[in-house]
Amino acid sequence: MFRNQYDNDVTVWSPQGRIHQVEYAMEAVKQGSATIGLKSKTHAAIVALKRATSELSAYQKKIIPIDTHMGMTIAGLTADARFLSRYMRTECLNHRYSHDEPLPVSRLIGNLGNKLQVCTQRYDRRPYGVGLLVAGYDDKGPHIYQTCPSATYFDCKAMAIGARSQSARTYLEKHLNEFLECSVEDLVRHGLRALRDTLPNEVELTSKNVSIGVVGKGMDFTIYDDGGVESFLAGLDKEDRRGGRPLPPDVEGDLKEVPVGESTAAPQDPAMSVEMDVEPHSGKD
Amino acid sequence: MFGQAILNDNLPGAKQHHWSPYTDNGGTIVAVAGDDFAIIASDTRLIQGYSILSREQTKLFKLSEQTVLGVSGCWCDVLTFTRTLEARMKMYLHEHLKPMSTPAVAQLVSTMLYHKRFFPYYVSNIVAGLDQDGKGTLYSYDPVGHCEKNRYRAGGAAGAMLQPLLDNQVGLKNMKGGVLPDITKEKALMVIKDSFISAAERDTSTGDGVIINIITKSGVEVMHFPLRKD
Repeated sequence: MFRNQYDNDVTVWSPQGRIHQVEYAMEAVKQGSATIGLKSKTHAAIVALKRATSELSAYQKKIIPIDTHMGMTIAGLTADARFLSRYMRTECLNHRYSHDEPLPVSRLIGNLGNKLQVCTQRYDRRPYGVGLLVAGYDDKGPHIYQTCPSATYFDCKAMAIGARSQSARTYLEKHLNEFLECSVEDLVRHGLRALRDTLPNEVELTSKNVSIGVVGKGMDFTIYDDGGVESFLAGLDKEDRRGGRPLPPDVEGDLKEVPVGESTAAPQDPAMSVEMDVEPHSGKD
Repeated sequence: MFGQAILNDNLPGAKQHHWSPYTDNGGTIVAVAGDDFAIIASDTRLIQGYSILSREQTKLFKLSEQTVLGVSGCWCDVLTFTRTLEARMKMYLHEHLKPMSTPAVAQLVSTMLYHKRFFPYYVSNIVAGLDQDGKGTLYSYDPVGHCEKNRYRAGGAAGAMLQPLLDNQVGLKNMKGGVLPDITKEKALMVIKDSFISAAERDTSTGDGVIINIITKSGVEVMHFPLRKD
């Protein structure tokens, strides 16, 4: 991916039918640290790897509570995520006030998608540079939704986004059938194992850099940090790490680029590999 | 008022209409704050005129593990006010990452009521709970947000009837015997039960039952006892 004459504005199409600004916004999501969401028949869980910019600062919060039946984890621009979380919280509050019931998750994601889309079609706005994994529980059961800066959203059985998340997605795909009948502890442990696969060799999951959020039947959205994470991490170190670390620890590792052709014709758009989704899709219709 | 001066009420078919946005749905609330507890109680009768709308409607709303709000008056305003307050408290929780303390709730109630100074919530409020040090606190309000910190208070329909009783039994006002000791939980409960039993004797809008919330550091304990149903 490199600069060309069609990428200055979000209102400009490239000859290949792509909007580069939106795709660049998706890159911002890939810069964020890895985070994973998965669900069983009764619960939805999200785990996130927290990042500290230096030894002096605290680890950046990744999991944001939205309402008692919903929470989300973010990858990308934290400020954009905070803005969106305020919007989502207000929507949930207003719905509870007027309908005396929790806002169904799919409804909120739909509204959010519409809000995100506006920024992809106006010259005076920019796309939100954050990807969300929303975990919620309503009368239709547990949900995991993924949203992108491109304003598309996906209803997922499990998903991973952020830096080096392809390894996590591989783990999730491999174990997809086990999730449905899992207990809460086992579900979270699966998530932690998937998260572990995104780490470079020297780094370990500790109670300091892991955040866990769970919601489900009879359980309000609860965040586990620091001490609360230890019981889930216990026993995980003894297990072998599956999925080695052949890729160098750089962010572009999970985006394979087709090299640009040698021809001197007008610059070609580099071909994009399929982006981060588990099943083939054509965007939400 | 001008209409009444001019109107000749012998005129056949003429009647001055006056629709009021408010109605009185009754309800009495009594609260006592001790050293490490707060008790707030309400009757369970909801009325309109001389009719009974419900015999089992509590007027106590648990806002958090340390704070309970008792609201009576016009029931539509009670419902809207408590819903709006709960939404505001959730917003506070999201912004500050901690639940609202009782004194903070007390101030919020006051400002929310005053915001409707020129079309008030027709409600009588009492906020009871534990403050950050675990001491029992009580705040009482008028419909437009005037707030007072008290040790004991009776509000609502039979409020004026019960307040003197509380002054005597809880406040020991103008009684020989020296210093006012901090009231114990058992004595407070006895006084509160007796006040409701007395109010039910003389006030038509009070009766059917009493719900009592006892707030201590171990949470909110709920008790119920019946009153006369006539």
